[in-house]
Amino acid sequence: MKSISIIGAGPAGIEAAAILAAHGMSVSIFEKSESPLSNITDKAFLFPNFADANDLAHKLAEKLKSPSITQHLSTEIVSLSRNGKGWTLKDNKGQSYSSDLLLLATGYTPFDAHRKEELGYDIYKGVVTSLDMERMIRDKAILNSIGEKPRRVVFLQCVGSRDEKSGNHYCSKLCCVTAVKQAIELKKQLPDTEAYIFYMDLRMWGQHFEELYRESQQDYGVRFVRGRISEASGTFDGRVQIKAEDTLMGLPLKMTTDLLVLMVGMEASVGTRCLAKEAGICGEYGFAQSIDPHMDDNLSAQEGLFLCGTCKRPMTIADTIADARSAATTILSLA
Amino acid sequence: MNKFGFSISQGRQINYDEIKSDKLDKLLELVPSYKWCIGCGGCTASCSAGGFTDFNIRRIHTAFQRGQYDGLEEKLKSCMLCGKCLLVCPRGVNLRSLIINMRRILAGVDVVTWRPPREDRIDKQLAKQNEKNKRI
Repeated sequence: MKSISIIGAGPAGIEAAAILAAHGMSVSIFEKSESPLSNITDKAFLFPNFADANDLAHKLAEKLKSPSITQHLSTEIVSLSRNGKGWTLKDNKGQSYSSDLLLLATGYTPFDAHRKEELGYDIYKGVVTSLDMERMIRDKAILNSIGEKPRRVVFLQCVGSRDEKSGNHYCSKLCCVTAVKQAIELKKQLPDTEAYIFYMDLRMWGQHFEELYRESQQDYGVRFVRGRISEASGTFDGRVQIKAEDTLMGLPLKMTTDLLVLMVGMEASVGTRCLAKEAGICGEYGFAQSIDPHMDDNLSAQEGLFLCGTCKRPMTIADTIADARSAATTILSLA
Repeated sequence: MNKFGFSISQGRQINYDEIKSDKLDKLLELVPSYKWCIGCGGCTASCSAGGFTDFNIRRIHTAFQRGQYDGLEEKLKSCMLCGKCLLVCPRGVNLRSLIINMRRILAGVDVVTWRPPREDRIDKQLAKQNEKNKRI
């Protein structure tokens, strides 16, 4: 049986590793962080069913315990090269690893909100990202810049997505439903706090997403305003004033809020960018390119190099796990 | 003041810090289905009155939601309560009830004890009838 190296121990890498190991393949999995699944363990609850993120992380981590899987944590793969028909990887400490096959599961990185300076992230304390908000929800400590309960929280969609100025024309796909989920969580913890969501379109594409949107209106009184916030500025009392057009009214609006939550999109991670470039399989926006989105979505232009998860494009966790299974099936059918 | 040929313009901006939500809260209590509105504009597109006048029901209820009440009461008089909007609404908002209740709230009617004028007339007729019956 052939050996395989998997780069990235997120949901994609782990799910694929578990299936391949169960079918007798010798699997090495590489993760640059100290622990696997850090992109899941920093979440509180998952849409659309408010499943506990830690439960999922636990279930996935259990799958890594197979004796056929060798884990290399705190190991950042910095280069890859052909080695006859197989592959050789090099990590940041100069060590080399060889295998017959290679699976890229290097994932995404959240958009860096500093790049949208006009929205005031890291300038005004009341401006936070969706990741900060997720942590506040998890720790049950949703507080404004002066450590008090917020009276009003505003979520802004499409930060770093669908934005020419950020260089990202694509939709990150899951921020819409994440904002709705977080607004519901906010209202569950602080029922008296006003929650507003500013959107350009609401893309409730998945199963139960539209229902969640409706639930947020009906049961939690979350308010929706169509319009993109153009700028945020600080007020003397540590709050944030925002300006936008209410495009349904055709009028400009201003609003003072305790917290402005920037729903940051997904970008290709540094690992995805570097390794895809090195392998010559770069797609759009730094993501890795599969051969065909319909039939060969786990194959790359390089023989023996497979792709799965968010190294290809933004995906939900459910999508990612399904894609990892698909990658494993593809690999087993060819190996 | 018009000596100089100009005047000070009023700001057009919607200022959310000055909006009071009591009227909207009342409306949502009377017409809970309005919570489902997604602002699609199906109501305006189907509107019989909107086809011939500048009556735009989507814009009117959005303005109500945003606390922009100026001129709404007058504008709402254009509605004939035909109910076509109610048939097309994809979220099942009870638009006829919405319009009637916006009218009531804007007119300052005590919405708890308010009854439509037609019912008042029926009451009067019944009262008359009762009077007659007594005399007989």
